[in-house]
Amino acid sequence: MAGPVLEMRSIVKTFPGVKALSDVTLTVRQGEVHAICGENGAGKSTLMKVLSGVHPHGSYEGEILFEGEVCSFKDIRASEHHGIVIIHQELALVPFLSLAENIFLGNEHAKGGLINWNETLRHATELLRRVGLEDHPETRVADIGVGKQQLVEIAKALSKKVKLLILDEPTAALNDEDSGKLLDLILELKKQGITSIIISHKLNEIRRVADSVTILRDGRSIETLDVKAPETTEDRIISGMVGRDLDHRFPERTAYEGEVGAAAALEIRNWTVHHPIDQQRKVVDDVSISVRRGEIVGIAGLMGAGRTELAMSVFGRTYGRYAGGSVLKDGKEIRTKTVAEAVGHGIAYVTEDRKHYGLNLIDTINRNISLTALNKVAKRGVVDEHEERQVAERYRTSMNIKAPTVFEPVGKLSGGNQQKVVLSKWIFAGPEVLILDEPTRGIDVGAKYEIYTVIDQLAAEGKAVVFISSELPELLGMCDRIYTMAAGRLTGEVPRAEATQEVLMRQMTKDKEVSR
Amino acid sequence: MSTDVTAKTPAPAPPGKSGGAAAGGGLLQLMLDGLRRNMRQYGMLIALGLIVALFAVWTDGDLLLPRNVSNLVLQNSYILILAIGMMLVIIAGHIDLSVGSLTAFIGAFAAVLMVQHSIAWPLALVLCLVVGAVAGSVQGFLIAYLGIPSFIVTLAGMLLFRGLTEILLKGQTLGPFPDGLQKMGNGFLPEAGPDTNYHNITLLLGLALIVFAVLQEVRDRKRQQEFSLDVLPKNIFLLKLVAIVAAILVVTMLLASYKGAPTVLIILGVLVVGYGYVMRNAVFGRHIYAIGGNLPAAKLSGVKDKKVTFYVFLNMGVLAALAGLVVAARLNAASPKAGLNFELEAIASSFIGGASMSGGVGTVLGAIIGGLVLGVLNNGMNLLSVGTDWQQVIKGLALLAAVGFDVWNKRKSGS
Repeated sequence: MAGPVLEMRSIVKTFPGVKALSDVTLTVRQGEVHAICGENGAGKSTLMKVLSGVHPHGSYEGEILFEGEVCSFKDIRASEHHGIVIIHQELALVPFLSLAENIFLGNEHAKGGLINWNETLRHATELLRRVGLEDHPETRVADIGVGKQQLVEIAKALSKKVKLLILDEPTAALNDEDSGKLLDLILELKKQGITSIIISHKLNEIRRVADSVTILRDGRSIETLDVKAPETTEDRIISGMVGRDLDHRFPERTAYEGEVGAAAALEIRNWTVHHPIDQQRKVVDDVSISVRRGEIVGIAGLMGAGRTELAMSVFGRTYGRYAGGSVLKDGKEIRTKTVAEAVGHGIAYVTEDRKHYGLNLIDTINRNISLTALNKVAKRGVVDEHEERQVAERYRTSMNIKAPTVFEPVGKLSGGNQQKVVLSKWIFAGPEVLILDEPTRGIDVGAKYEIYTVIDQLAAEGKAVVFISSELPELLGMCDRIYTMAAGRLTGEVPRAEATQEVLMRQMTKDKEVSR
Repeated sequence: MSTDVTAKTPAPAPPGKSGGAAAGGGLLQLMLDGLRRNMRQYGMLIALGLIVALFAVWTDGDLLLPRNVSNLVLQNSYILILAIGMMLVIIAGHIDLSVGSLTAFIGAFAAVLMVQHSIAWPLALVLCLVVGAVAGSVQGFLIAYLGIPSFIVTLAGMLLFRGLTEILLKGQTLGPFPDGLQKMGNGFLPEAGPDTNYHNITLLLGLALIVFAVLQEVRDRKRQQEFSLDVLPKNIFLLKLVAIVAAILVVTMLLASYKGAPTVLIILGVLVVGYGYVMRNAVFGRHIYAIGGNLPAAKLSGVKDKKVTFYVFLNMGVLAALAGLVVAARLNAASPKAGLNFELEAIASSFIGGASMSGGVGTVLGAIIGGLVLGVLNNGMNLLSVGTDWQQVIKGLALLAAVGFDVWNKRKSGS
């Protein structure tokens, strides 16, 4: 067996307030395909950014050896110089430049600042052939599909004389056919002697292409398994990914005790949504879920499972292209084509991305809280500033928003306090159904507990709560029922009593072939 | 992640209880906070004061002669009217390059109606405002509902209205206007009562304004107390009242000792108070700030962003029409070259007055302060007989300095 080409030893990487990686060790052998898997936030992408110089040498602790040499990359160029090329989840192609121009961007065939087009096109054609693309190198990137774009990225990597190719969830945005092609290509490159690291959630993919797999959990490397060994089953990998104690505390919660026959406060039936640009792709595929008053229902899923897309498309069609399905409230079909209609029917969606979709960061706390329900503090179109301020003061006290006054711009608050402002804003709107999308993402544990308490209280007041989260312990601690999604499809529904991390993770990693 | 969250963390109380008046203390803090929050505006107000003082000294007091103050108002009124509308456009995250040309076009249209067709001036005035609204709403429709960038739409509008102006006027200057309209651009309030060396009606109006302002402040304070919110302590509140009264009194006396308040000042005053109120207190104003500050978040909060954008441009059209009428009335003629570069002056006023390129920030009062900074610079340099060449240079530097200060100030405070 070949020796190691890459060794990362005891890598520690800290961001302000968060330890993203604590003691990660990774050994990749020459010529293998090495998979890295773990939950969202386990540190996979951070580790690859450390390796490729996105986080430069000195910003982390630990040691990297590549081909036996100690490496101290100060930027991506330095790592590429050594033949380490990373392909990020979000493709880094310029849409209005040609394939050839993109392949050699920053690395042009040029003399004295002038591009040699003949050589560029010849070389581009050769590279495109190697990745199995027949398109003309002068085609614009915008004119080819995402699957092909992914292959162009690989061609670009090949142009840099890649020795170690890193792919960060390469198939997350691809359909099955394109995914298949891409995986074949990785195996083909392996034959040519190129080592690959592939980050993936999809266990069937890992089993198909990888030789070994390293499991990360909470910023630590847990174990490295030989994929080809018979004892490495999918269950074995899953238990590695989730094998952690429940280390969060949750408010004591009395389970939902509503009658089973009661009409759901909100029911979504056969909901299907297509990708806004790639309209062939179903991002949400025939999903039906329901939530009753006083109930907290979780939706678990990994990146790209379609949870946010489901929520946003239901909430005023704010994502993608609607392709079928209906929304019922208390058993009656309702229209939720615009946000105003959805809010009018008592639905609130608290976004996972509070900075972009939740708050006006340059505006004050009071004005952010009142925005969705301005009419509650306004008479005949005129806002009563005093009443508005009083409302804001009330939430500042009850939600424990830490700010000197309610006139503080929300951009200056910490993540946890910002999240409390977003929650206040939607609670003030007086909804009957709340869809909370990753309500505790990126906030510290103390604030998390406070937010759990608020959610619990909302349910106790008879509101129906849909709780989308990537943190399984959180869902297990809070929810009465948990749905699981994978690749846009609903893959399971687990009552509180039967839910464990293993059960959920198994359903979250189900792919099409498995579920049929 | 190791955690230590036990029952130590206090559970939040249920939403819906307890008022939030932080008791007494930290008053100075409260005032400093207020100052810090409005740094941009106070800064500009201080700068305006400095510029006025400097030019008053350099011109041996000519700048503050009653006649000149009156002139200053008349000269800048149309830019200030445009600046109000422009401020709204910029807060919404857009730009309007067409207002200068639209101003000229409405002037020409007014001349055609009143001079060539002798239509009664009040009717013609209304027609002009309607045409302005239509022009604004067409641009607004293209921007809001078809999603064409405002820069492009209004750049096209700028060319289009300028061309239409020349077509309407056939390259000629048209005038004179009926007396009634002329009064709007050049006239003063009518006089009545005994000869007091002062303009009686202006004095009365000034007094009325003082009474109104004081009542408003007192009422506001009462309301705040009703809602058990923090209020300014009594002596500071009285000081604030005195400052307001003194400011109104000085301007009133200055104007009253010449020909009285210009008609257009009254129009401007109504606009400032009205738009200031809308932007601060009306739901519509809030929605403008929301879409400019964070469009996706505003959409997800149920703000009808397209409708708001549409009305912002419709409003800009009406204000441009009003400015066009004032310009035409003041020059007593419609000229193909009227309103040249007005859009740039209005935009500069807004940015000097605290607007942000990315939208979501700014106040109506800021636009007025910005417009006055430019206006005083213009007027002062005219009095000092500085050539228009150097005037442009200095105004350019003023814009750079104002926005540069803002950027520097923001970076320093680390936001």
